[in-house]
Amino acid sequence: MRARVLVRPKAGILDPQGEVVERALPALGFDGVANVHVGRLIELDVEDPTRLAEMCERLLANPLVEDYEVELLGES
Amino acid sequence: MRFGIIQFPGSCDERDTLAAAARVGDAHLIWHQDRDLGGADAIVVPGGFSYGDYLRAGAIARFAPAMESVAAFAADGGLVLGICNGFQVLCEAHLLPGALLPNANRRFTSRQVELEVLLAGGAFTRTLALGERLSVPAKHAWGRWYADPDTLARMDAGGQFVLRYAPGENFNGSVHDVAGVCNENGNVFGLMPHPEHAVDALVGGSADGLRLFESIRATVEAGSA
Amino acid sequence: MPEHLPTLADALALGLTEDEYALVCEKQGGPPNRVELAMYSLLWSEHCAYKHSKLLLRTLPTEGEHVVMGPGENAGAVDVGGGLVCAFKVESHNHPSAVEPFQGAATGVGGILRDIFAIGARPIAVLDSLRFGEASSERSRYLLERAVAGIGHYGNSIGVPTIGGEVYFEGPYEHNCLVNAMALGLAPREQLVRSAAAGVGNALILFGASTGRDGIGGASVLASAELGDADESKRPTVQVGDPFEESRLLECSLELLEAGLLVALQDLGAAGLTSSAAEMASKGELGIDIDVARVPLREADMEPFEIMVSESQERMLCVVEPAREAAVLALCERWELAAARIGTVTDSGRVRVLRGQELLGDMPVVALVDDCPLYELAPERPSEPLYPAPAATLDAGASTRDSLLALLASPNLASRRPLFERYDSIVQSRTVRRPAEADAAVLLLADGSALAVSIDCNGRRVAADPYRGAIEAVLECAANLACTGAEPLGTTNNLNFGNPEKPHVAWQLTEAVRGLGEACRELRAPIVGGNVSLYNEGSAGPIYPTPVIGMVGRMPDAARAGRLAFAGEDRAIALVGSPRPALAAGELERLRGTALPDELPPIDLAGAQAAQHAVREAVREGLVDCAHDIAEGGLAVALAECCIAGQIGARVRVEDSLSSLFGEAPGGFIVSGAPEQLARISGAPVELIGQTGGTALEIEAGECGLTASLDELTEAHSALAELFA
Repeated sequence: MRARVLVRPKAGILDPQGEVVERALPALGFDGVANVHVGRLIELDVEDPTRLAEMCERLLANPLVEDYEVELLGES
Repeated sequence: MRFGIIQFPGSCDERDTLAAAARVGDAHLIWHQDRDLGGADAIVVPGGFSYGDYLRAGAIARFAPAMESVAAFAADGGLVLGICNGFQVLCEAHLLPGALLPNANRRFTSRQVELEVLLAGGAFTRTLALGERLSVPAKHAWGRWYADPDTLARMDAGGQFVLRYAPGENFNGSVHDVAGVCNENGNVFGLMPHPEHAVDALVGGSADGLRLFESIRATVEAGSA
Repeated sequence: MPEHLPTLADALALGLTEDEYALVCEKQGGPPNRVELAMYSLLWSEHCAYKHSKLLLRTLPTEGEHVVMGPGENAGAVDVGGGLVCAFKVESHNHPSAVEPFQGAATGVGGILRDIFAIGARPIAVLDSLRFGEASSERSRYLLERAVAGIGHYGNSIGVPTIGGEVYFEGPYEHNCLVNAMALGLAPREQLVRSAAAGVGNALILFGASTGRDGIGGASVLASAELGDADESKRPTVQVGDPFEESRLLECSLELLEAGLLVALQDLGAAGLTSSAAEMASKGELGIDIDVARVPLREADMEPFEIMVSESQERMLCVVEPAREAAVLALCERWELAAARIGTVTDSGRVRVLRGQELLGDMPVVALVDDCPLYELAPERPSEPLYPAPAATLDAGASTRDSLLALLASPNLASRRPLFERYDSIVQSRTVRRPAEADAAVLLLADGSALAVSIDCNGRRVAADPYRGAIEAVLECAANLACTGAEPLGTTNNLNFGNPEKPHVAWQLTEAVRGLGEACRELRAPIVGGNVSLYNEGSAGPIYPTPVIGMVGRMPDAARAGRLAFAGEDRAIALVGSPRPALAAGELERLRGTALPDELPPIDLAGAQAAQHAVREAVREGLVDCAHDIAEGGLAVALAECCIAGQIGARVRVEDSLSSLFGEAPGGFIVSGAPEQLARISGAPVELIGQTGGTALEIEAGECGLTASLDELTEAHSALAELFA
C-alpha cells in the first residue's frame, strides 16, 4: 500500500517558515492569502497500513508540537 | 570520576566535549550502537547534527541502542547532560520536557551569549550562584525551546528552569528565554549553548563552561544526584 | 538497439573543437563511441585539462622550504612543525552556484573538503570568497543569502568550522557570480597519501554515496534515442550534497588510511569516475579496467556513459591490495557507506570501460590525460575600458565625515556579521581568533603554535591593473597574516576570469599570473595548488579578473595572536610602513561612480614587506594591543574599524588630504599600545598619529578633518543587517 503522511505544526505554535511564505506571496502579487503553515510530507510503501499511526507517533512526527494526517493512496 | 560521551553518526562536538570533560575527570566515547556505558558516572549527549538532523533534529538518534542504556541510567538517577543536539535528543526521547523547534529568526546562528543561572546548587550547577552570569557560545538552527502552558507551570513550580538567556540574548525565541532545563528529578539536564566550547579563554572567549563540568564532578563525588 | 555512434556534431555540442575531435579520432584509431567521446569531452574540457591556463601556470613558483606536497595532487601541503603538515587548497563552484546557489555553494564546500581528506588530512577549517552583483540587485542578494546558507549548511553539518572569508558586490559579477571555497586540513606527515594507482592486479574500490544522474549536464546529448523529451525523470539533475554522508565518508577514509589499508586514494569531483580513474592511472603510469555493472547506482537504468560522467557527490575511489579488500569493505560497512570493487589496476596503459565482459570503451591513458592540446594565449592590452563606471551613490561634494559613514555602510565594507553568524566558527576547539576579531583567522595547534589563514582579492583593482592588482592581492593576504603575528608558509589561488580566447581577457590572465608569480616569489610563499575557472562572462562582458589568493601562515605562540580592536583608553596609535595611498580605483572613487583608471600606482614591494615584517615581530613580541592592515577605504576606514571593534574612540592627526584619509595602497598598518612599546617597533617607519579614548573618532586633518561618534560609526557599519534580515 502506498501511504502519504502529512505533518504540520500544531496550531498556536510559532511557525516562522509559514510567516515568511505568507509575507512573500503578496510581494509577488498574490493577494488574499492567509494562515500559511509549512509542514513536511513523507511518502512510503507499507505492507501493514494499520501500523502507520504508531510510526507517526514514534518517529515521523513529534506529537508534542506537530499534528499528522495519514492518507492511503492505494496499491503501490 | 568518569564521563561517557555518546557518539552518533553526524555528531560534531563529541571530541570537543571529550576534551572538555577530560580536564575534569576521565572521559571516553560511546558508539551509538553500544549498550555498554563503560562505567560512566555521568553521560553527555553532545552537539552536532546526528543523522544530519534529518526528519527532526534528534528524532532518529533517540532510538540508538546507546540511548536505551542512557534512559535506564537516567531512570536510576544517573546524571545525563544534553548539549545542543544532545538536548534535542533528550527531548525527543522524553527524558526532558518540551521540544526544540526551528529558531524564530529562521537561521542557524553562531554567537557568544550571556546566560543567567536560575537554579543554583543543583546537580549540574552545584558550584554556581543564583543570578550568576556565564558567557558561552551558542550555535544552532533548531534551538527554540517550547512547552505548553501546563508544562511550563509545572516546571516553574518544580524548579526545573536551570539557565535562561540574559535580556537581549535570546535569538532563537525560546519561551520564557529558557536556555536550559532539567527533569523533575534534577538528574537530567539539557541546554542549547555549548559549555564545552567555553573551557579555555584562548579558544572559548571564556572558561565559564568548565564550571558546569566541575559541578557534575562535585555532585558525583558527593555521592548525590 | 543499434549503437548510436556519435558524430562531429555531437562532439561540437559537447564542447570539443573540430581539431580536437580529429585528434581524438587519431588517438583512438577511428571515431570514438559514445562512452569514449563522453570521457574525452570531459577530460579535454577547460575545467579538467586547463587547456588555456596550464602553460601559464607552469610559470608560478611552487617550491619552498616548507612545501611537502606541491601542485598536481588533490591538495598541496606545507610543514607546520611538530611532525604535522597542513594541507590546503581553494576551488570554485561558480557556474553551479549561479543555477542553484544553495546546493552549488554546499557542494563546492563538499568538493574541497574531499580534496583535503583525499590526501589523508583531517579538515580543520573552511573559508569562502564570494562575489555577486550590486547589493541593490535582488537577484544578487538572493544568490548571496542562499550561497551563505549552503556553505553554512554543509560546513556546520560536517563539523568543520568556517573561520573566514570575503564578499564583494560589483556590477560585473551580476550575471556571473563567484563562489570559491578554501579548506585546510592537518595530518601527520607520514600519513599523506598520493593518488597514483600502483600494483598491477590491485583492486579499485568505489565507496560512499551511490551514483545517480547528478551534473550530467551537456553530456545528455549523448543519451540514446529512447531517452526522449517525454522522460522528465531522466533529465540531468543539479548536484545535491549530503554532508551527513560526507562526514561518514571522511571518518571512513581517514580510518582506512590510519589502518594502512590503502595504496592510493582519490576523490570524485568534476567529471566523476572518468577523471578520477584516468588520473589515478596516469599518475601511476598504468592502466585501469572499470566494470560499470558493479557501480552501486541510485537509478537502475543508467547508461554506461552516464555512470562514467556522473558527478554524484560524496564518493571516493581507492586502490587496494587484494589481500586487504575484505577489510576495506568491512570498514565501509561499519560507517554505513556503499562500497564495491568496480575495477582493477592493469599494465595496459589504457582505461577500459566494461559492462561485465562486454568492452564498451577503450582509450589510452596518455591520450586522455596528457595529450589534450594546450593553447597559447594571444594577449592584447585592451584599448578601451572594458567595464562601465559603477553607479554613483555618494555626492562628489560630500564632506569627509559623510564619506566615511557612507564607506562604512557600503556593501563592500559593512560588517559581515549577519553572514558569518550563520557559520559555526568554533567546532573542533581550535579557533583562537573568530571572524572580525583579527585580520586573519587563527587556529591553535597542539604544540601551542598557531596557523593563520586569509583569503583575499580585490577584483576591481585587478581590473584596473591586472599585474599590480594581483601583486596587491598577495600582499593583502600576507599583511593580514602579519597582523596576527604569522609568517606565510604557502599560497593557493583560484583564477576566476572571462573567456581566455578573447585577447583582452588573455591579457588580464597573463598579467595577473605574472604579478601573482612575482609576489609569491618575493614573499617566499609558493603556490602549492589551486584552481582555474574561465569563461565567466556573458553578453554584458567578462567579470573583473579575480585571482583569489588563499594564504596560510604560522606563528610560534597562539597566546600572542594579534587582534584588530583598540583596547583601553590613552593608548598610543601609530602608523607603520610608508605606503603611498592614492584614491584611484579605491572604494571612495567607487562610491563616487568614478570609472576605473588605466593602471594602479607602482608598488613598493620591499617597503610593504618591511612593514609586514615589523608588524609581525611587534605582535609576536607583545609590543602592541592591536594591529590592523590599512586596506579598502584607506586609513579613515581602518581607524573606524578598530574603534568599532573595541567600542572605544580615538583622536588622531594626519595629513590634510583626501588621499591620506581614504587612499589605498599596500604596506600600511595601524597599531596601538603603550608609547614606549611602540617605540621599540623596528624595521619600518613608525609614526605616532594619536591615541585611543573617548566615544568618538576625531581625525584632525585640516579641511579634511572629521568627527563621528562611536554610535554613528557602529550604526553605519551595521548596514548589511537590514539587507539580510
